[in-house]
Amino acid sequence: MIAVTHVGYIAAGWAGTAAVLGAYAVWVLRRGRALSRRVPPEERRWS
Amino acid sequence: MTPTTSSTTSSASSTSAARPEPPGPTGPARGPAAGGASPTSPAPPHTGSRGTRVLGGAALASLALLVLYGLVVSPADAEMADSVRLMYVHVPAATFMYAGCVIATVASAFWLRRRTPGWDALAGAGAEIGLVFAAITLGTGSLWGRPTWGTYWTWDARLTSTALLAAMLLGYLALRRLDVDPGARSSRAAVLGLLLLPNAIVVNRSVEWWRSLHQQSTLVRLDPTIEGDMLVALMLGFLAIGLVFCWLLVHRFRLGWLEHQSERLDLDAALAARRAEAVPPAEGT
Repeated sequence: MIAVTHVGYIAAGWAGTAAVLGAYAVWVLRRGRALSRRVPPEERRWS
Repeated sequence: MTPTTSSTTSSASSTSAARPEPPGPTGPARGPAAGGASPTSPAPPHTGSRGTRVLGGAALASLALLVLYGLVVSPADAEMADSVRLMYVHVPAATFMYAGCVIATVASAFWLRRRTPGWDALAGAGAEIGLVFAAITLGTGSLWGRPTWGTYWTWDARLTSTALLAAMLLGYLALRRLDVDPGARSSRAAVLGLLLLPNAIVVNRSVEWWRSLHQQSTLVRLDPTIEGDMLVALMLGFLAIGLVFCWLLVHRFRLGWLEHQSERLDLDAALAARRAEAVPPAEGT
């Protein structure tokens, strides 16, 4: 087994990055769904 | 990325229901010939499309490769030991923080010139995602600094200028939330948006201009100081974080477009209600 140094810092950095990106992506998608219900279809045909 | 219908705009200080302008930052709607959806195709109840699903799939696949290379395959560095693994996230995040600032500044300039809501939405998307990546950059940088420098934070030129850029992005986004005329609000934000790129250049050059604890560029030189599996892991970091950045940008741009439309609908409804109040009562009532 190879000893890994600074495991806690590495885990916190990677997990924190995943959490921030994941939370932001979920917020954008959920808000997009909520607003899509308010805006008429002809205003939201994406290319 | 842009809506494909020739729809409405709430451009500049327009508060009426005027609808002559094109929707997206790139100009008028071009329809299916430009790769757009057919005008008769159903509009999705979300901000996704086939293109974003492909992009999202590619981003997830490259993220899986990044985890494999960054946490398993890459060897420990001779000086930084295993904390080098934080660099595979930190460096790409910083690079795409700059990219968000570039997009925000360019789109702000186009907004000030053309006053189409697509440019405003793009500027807001670039700045917001830039702030997300600034937070990741500062967080991973602090976690790397503790075992390497012995401290989470020091008032070094690079660190301080990055924190100032993050504060500026925060201020820009706060300006966009002011409850004033949409056109005036966008214009004020755009003026601040023009300063984001110069500030990002200061952050990037700070390690050259001032004596800094932060290391200088590793890749942008003729003899890069990183190679082998570590270089592959870093390149995978750029690919994966770049794809995530693009995916987020498309979705956030579309969300910004929906916010424009929603605000215009609210305004139209408020004006209609005000006009109904102003109608004199019929005789005999």
